[in-house]
Amino acid sequence: MNSQHDCENCPVHHRENLIRLGIAMDRVDYVVALAGNPNTGKSTVFNNLTGLRQHTGNWPGKTVTRAEGGYSYGEKRYKVVDLPGTYSLLSTSTDEETARDFILFGRPDVTVIVADATRLERNLNLVLQVLEITDRAVLCLNLMDEAQRNHIEIDERNLSAELGIPVIPAAARQKEGMPELIAAIGEVASGRYVCQPHRLKSRSPKLNHAVSTLAEKLAAQFPGLPNLNWVALRLLEGDQSIIDAVRTGELGKLSTGILSPQS
Amino acid sequence: MAKKQQSENEDILSLANSLRWELGVDFHDTVIESIYADASRIARKTVRTEGEKPAYNWDFKIDRIVTSRWLGFPIMFLLLAVVFWITVSGANYPSGLLAELLIDTLHPVLKNGATAIGMPWWLSGVLVDGAYLSMAWVIAVMLPPMAIFFPLFTLLEDFGYLPRVAFNMDSLFRRAGAHGKQALTLSMGFGCNAAGVIAARVIDSPRERLIAIITNNFSLCNGRWPTQILIATIFIGGAVPAHWAGLVSAGAVVGIAVLGIFFSLVVSWGLSKSVLRGETSAFSLELPPYRPPRILQTLYTSLIDRTIFVLWRAIVFAIPAGIVIWLVANIHIGDLSLAEHFIRWADPFALFFGLNGVILLAYIIAIPANEIVIPTVLMLTVLSTGMHEMGEGAGVMFELDSIADTENILRAGGWTLLTGLNLMLFSLLHNPCSTTIYTIYKETHSAKWTLVATLLPIVLGLIVCFFTAQLWLLFFSTAEAVG
Repeated sequence: MNSQHDCENCPVHHRENLIRLGIAMDRVDYVVALAGNPNTGKSTVFNNLTGLRQHTGNWPGKTVTRAEGGYSYGEKRYKVVDLPGTYSLLSTSTDEETARDFILFGRPDVTVIVADATRLERNLNLVLQVLEITDRAVLCLNLMDEAQRNHIEIDERNLSAELGIPVIPAAARQKEGMPELIAAIGEVASGRYVCQPHRLKSRSPKLNHAVSTLAEKLAAQFPGLPNLNWVALRLLEGDQSIIDAVRTGELGKLSTGILSPQS
Repeated sequence: MAKKQQSENEDILSLANSLRWELGVDFHDTVIESIYADASRIARKTVRTEGEKPAYNWDFKIDRIVTSRWLGFPIMFLLLAVVFWITVSGANYPSGLLAELLIDTLHPVLKNGATAIGMPWWLSGVLVDGAYLSMAWVIAVMLPPMAIFFPLFTLLEDFGYLPRVAFNMDSLFRRAGAHGKQALTLSMGFGCNAAGVIAARVIDSPRERLIAIITNNFSLCNGRWPTQILIATIFIGGAVPAHWAGLVSAGAVVGIAVLGIFFSLVVSWGLSKSVLRGETSAFSLELPPYRPPRILQTLYTSLIDRTIFVLWRAIVFAIPAGIVIWLVANIHIGDLSLAEHFIRWADPFALFFGLNGVILLAYIIAIPANEIVIPTVLMLTVLSTGMHEMGEGAGVMFELDSIADTENILRAGGWTLLTGLNLMLFSLLHNPCSTTIYTIYKETHSAKWTLVATLLPIVLGLIVCFFTAQLWLLFFSTAEAVG
């Protein structure tokens, strides 16, 4: 785990899985995934980052397909993948699975979570779920202008400390906060900022026991697998795509760096 | 090695299974609760709200009106009618200009050019009269209304009105056993059914998604509006006193669109009670705050993303259709062309349904794009009635400058108010265009459901046309006998 941060510019994304997920990986240094609740301005952030003009509509479920774009910053090339907007990663609808599988199996170098500053509590539910499955994330606190109009104040430093990731206030429609966001993505991608993501603790002892029993087994079978507890939890919940990944041994390919031999 | 690994993988899964038993059923809720508890704790620590929330009150007030029980639907229909009115009245002039440029000016030039370089008549017929002209028609007829409709629709979307539409329609769809979000895919279908079918991805349950895909064709798409408007103006508007004509024919078109929504609900209900039985899934629809639309950006993106995209695929499909249309009108067996053979053969059958052979043939060869139905109908009518002084010659699609001339041709072809009405109904209830069929296949990966989605509307259309025709004949022959 620690060795991961030793080589500064070593990307953590999983090239082969990304290619399998349909991402062209030519001339790309870092892969950035954009996640977030519907209607938080995620597509607007995407357009600002990439200079593309994806149609942005003010309704939930607008992005039904994955959009891709890119930019370069500090001599590095970034590929941005816009995931479908979701309220959670726990249900089994197609769009939530797309988003989750991308973060889990594609292992983007940075996952940017776009949140609506005027509805932070509800948006945090997704943020916490994303932080369960990735170590490298940036929270883009969008719609700060609307929050200000509604007299909502957010203590970003405290929020950043709580979540263990950079928090960047922004107003994407006015293009505010975008340079800061790009800089923060660069920090996390290069490993200069080491995230210490918030992980859920408040579980029943019985559940904790079950999770750790299963996680031990998983660790033995798939050495180096990240997010052991999360995978264990999903198995306990009977998540079909994770069950399939265990059955086929696909999960082994997630192990850091080393691909398990194709059998 | 592989065997061993596999069995160990299975071991993990069975361990997970037994642990799951021990944990009991409610632990999923515990996990979710812990997420919510943490989110709420962090939010309490970091968010501070001062005083009232004035901006929300505006949203709340607008929502009170546009989603109210009594005003919700009238406002929805009114907005829809306004959008269509702007589209129709605004598209006339640019459509005329494009037609003049592409068809009246460029087409003869190309035709003469082809003759000048010694191209054989059949080749210039296929290429210039068939392929080029059908493409020109699609551009002239489609581009202006789409360039107006899509930005208007997108502005409503950008403003935040569409989720309210879904909110209003939700209970209707739920009673029909379908998903509330089907209201969104249905609205999308008014622009383009292929887009509506793709939009059905927002629906989680495969059962309800399939219902939304199959019924999307009942949303009257952009390509069918011109047909509706032209026929309504000639036959329905023509049947009432002149000062009522505009209002009545516009009302008839909106009536057909509403009928489409009605069929959407009825068919959804039928499907969910028969082959696609199951529970209606609950969903939460967030009503986002209203935001001032960004007009310039909306214009740009809807032009690039939707208008050009839809236009391009229409052109791709219209070119081969144009070639086929030219060929069936020009390949002769005996004295008659293929088209005339078909029309004569199909006429008795079609009249049974209050249609005619020309309409059936036009719908068969215009499967690629609904936009070319009317030009094809006119060409075929002239061909089959032998009015060679009208139109441009065999296999050449045309449209006339004045609605009166169009009316003369159709009346000469034996059209009545009933034919007009049934054409409007059939235009609503027939198979989806080939792009939509292909999209349905790509989305469902199922030949069976693609076939159902294709055939179901035609069968329904023929039934509806049949009953309309029979009732009409019954009513009018009785009225004549009495009179």
